[in-house]
Amino acid sequence: MPKLIKNLSIVDDAFSIKQTPECPFPSSNVLVSLQEWKSHKNELSQQPQQVGVWLNSDEEPEELVDDIQSLQVIAINFPTFADGRGYSIARLLRERYGYTGELRAIGDVLRDQLFYMSRCGFDTFSVREDRDINDALEGLSDFSEVYQTSTEQPKPLFRRR
Amino acid sequence: MYKYDTYDKQIVADRARQYRGQTERYIEGELSDNEFLPLRLQNGLYVQRFAPMLRIAVPYGMISSVQLRKISEISRRFDKGYAHISTRQNIQFNWPALESVPDILDALASVQMHAIQTSGNCIRSVTSDHFAGVAADELEDPRPWCEIIRQWSTLHPEFAYLPRKFKIAVNGATEDRAAVGVHDIGLTLVTNTEGDKGFRVQVGGGLGRTPIIGSVIREFLPRQHLLTYLEAILRVYNRYGRRDNKYKARIKILVKALSAETFAQKIEDEWQHVKDGQATLTHEEFERISTFFTPPEYDQNINSGVLEQQFAKHEAFAQWHQHNVTEHKIAGYSIVTVSLKATAQAPGDISAEQMDAIADLADNYSFGELRTTHLQNMVLADIRQDQLFEVWQKLNALDLASPNIGTLNDIICCPGGDFCSLANAKSIPVAEAIQRRFSDLDKLYDIGEISLNFSGCMNACGHHHVGHIGLLGVDKKGAEFYQIQLGGDASQNTALGKIIGRAFGRDDVPDVIEKLVDVYLTNRHQDERFIDTFNRIGIAPFKERAYAKAD
Repeated sequence: MPKLIKNLSIVDDAFSIKQTPECPFPSSNVLVSLQEWKSHKNELSQQPQQVGVWLNSDEEPEELVDDIQSLQVIAINFPTFADGRGYSIARLLRERYGYTGELRAIGDVLRDQLFYMSRCGFDTFSVREDRDINDALEGLSDFSEVYQTSTEQPKPLFRRR
Repeated sequence: MYKYDTYDKQIVADRARQYRGQTERYIEGELSDNEFLPLRLQNGLYVQRFAPMLRIAVPYGMISSVQLRKISEISRRFDKGYAHISTRQNIQFNWPALESVPDILDALASVQMHAIQTSGNCIRSVTSDHFAGVAADELEDPRPWCEIIRQWSTLHPEFAYLPRKFKIAVNGATEDRAAVGVHDIGLTLVTNTEGDKGFRVQVGGGLGRTPIIGSVIREFLPRQHLLTYLEAILRVYNRYGRRDNKYKARIKILVKALSAETFAQKIEDEWQHVKDGQATLTHEEFERISTFFTPPEYDQNINSGVLEQQFAKHEAFAQWHQHNVTEHKIAGYSIVTVSLKATAQAPGDISAEQMDAIADLADNYSFGELRTTHLQNMVLADIRQDQLFEVWQKLNALDLASPNIGTLNDIICCPGGDFCSLANAKSIPVAEAIQRRFSDLDKLYDIGEISLNFSGCMNACGHHHVGHIGLLGVDKKGAEFYQIQLGGDASQNTALGKIIGRAFGRDDVPDVIEKLVDVYLTNRHQDERFIDTFNRIGIAPFKERAYAKAD
């Protein structure tokens, strides 16, 4: 089973990703696209397995506002690690819309981005398959102090100095 | 200037350690070229024509004598014994080995310096007025605000992978020496009718391929809201800036596409959500930061009477004083610009020996501090007028007193095709040829205040769009040509130059510049500057002269 970093440890990934509505529905827990979620929300909510939603970096987290309380897993895709939109989407879900479930980074997720991702509210990281997940885990402790306000540290350093 | 506490030190040390690891993983092949690229860029490391180029942050141009000596030491140990002052007030090394960069970062960290965000698609090192805190025309010292922005933008988790680079400048004086109109965000300190302090906010200015002057999206932002408002701008840009085409990815394109009014409304909407949040600046923090920028202990009883005699006796000193010395806000003191524009010297380059020597001058005469300027010179900001003569003699002996500040020979020039792999054409030898053409000081002074800005390619590191005369290197079928623009202005009257016509070959450039200057000299009214004459008579007479057939 593929592995994930979740809450600072390495665990099995119980979800599979359904890339498009046309892909067959798996028996495992599943992440569906925003499009599929929006058009089949009711049926999907009836499924026996857990269903979460994955967003692409050009999609709007505002579209999920009504479902924030019921969703337990939301994933944000990084088509390439240089696409930084996912960081803003994550903060909005956490800080503006009050999402408290699992927030997962998927796609081009690499060690050197994990620290920033975790500060923006991601708690789960699906590290790119060809990379050593144990190595990536170390990226979460790159810095011991930060200046700004963010999801994991709402008080900026100047209010803590 | 600002001094790190344990928090700042920790963050910079963590970054140096992180970068060492990234370099090791790259060398071991665990990181691909593509993956290492943004990591090294966010640390100021470019891979250039002959060697990597490392850009060191000099936040808003402030550098201590101790720091400058360290730069000198690094230049001897890891480079070729010199450094370059960039047009964004930073310091560049042209020859470090990629493998030695982690050691350079450790050396920098030991003097509270770093290379964080001096490049890459992130918020770059903030720039400001190189006369901040000492300028006679200053309304408010911008440096505390620059430091507040520096800390906020350093390793910001949300804005490290923006669509494109992002530059912020702050001005607090009547004259705009920070060129805020051509930055992604330009902040001008203002006081409103109620007497409250805040910022006028301009967004979407920039040079490069699509030069645009920034639009004012807010006339008055109360100062405590600075960071939340910046956060709103950056978030909107991060989400909606174009990522499909790097030439259309700067915020200026987004502002233009939406219109400044719509963009301003979008920022206002986003801001309402974050306004008054934890990032709202506290009075205590502003006071804490401001204490680092309180004026030094100025001597109130300086006898400046000696200057007149010295001028009478030493014409060269008088010339230097007229051009390289600026009025200070405190009577009895002057601001000295250290010219890095000696003829035959690449503009902005400074040797290790010169760095050590002016670090000593700063200690002995200027409270141990210096500044770098985006015009590629350095500044000793607090010189007693009764010591100006001594300082001039010492600078002169170091070849750092060329009396040419603000003249045609004070050329802003990117490193160009001699170093930069992006450049279309060489810039340094052409700049030298122009300097030689105008080597006669009487002629140079007769021409008066003028700016000549020179970029080796359309990325515009030499800010050619905002030079009174702008030179741009272009490539035509493998040959180097130079396009000339006139009428640019980086001051508070920000204007972009207009191209006069087809480009010229390298050897023709000094002749053409001379012809353009002649048009000015013939047409000027008394005391009119080049730019004023240009604005009055228009481009046509210049064009006509530049392309006239030889008689």
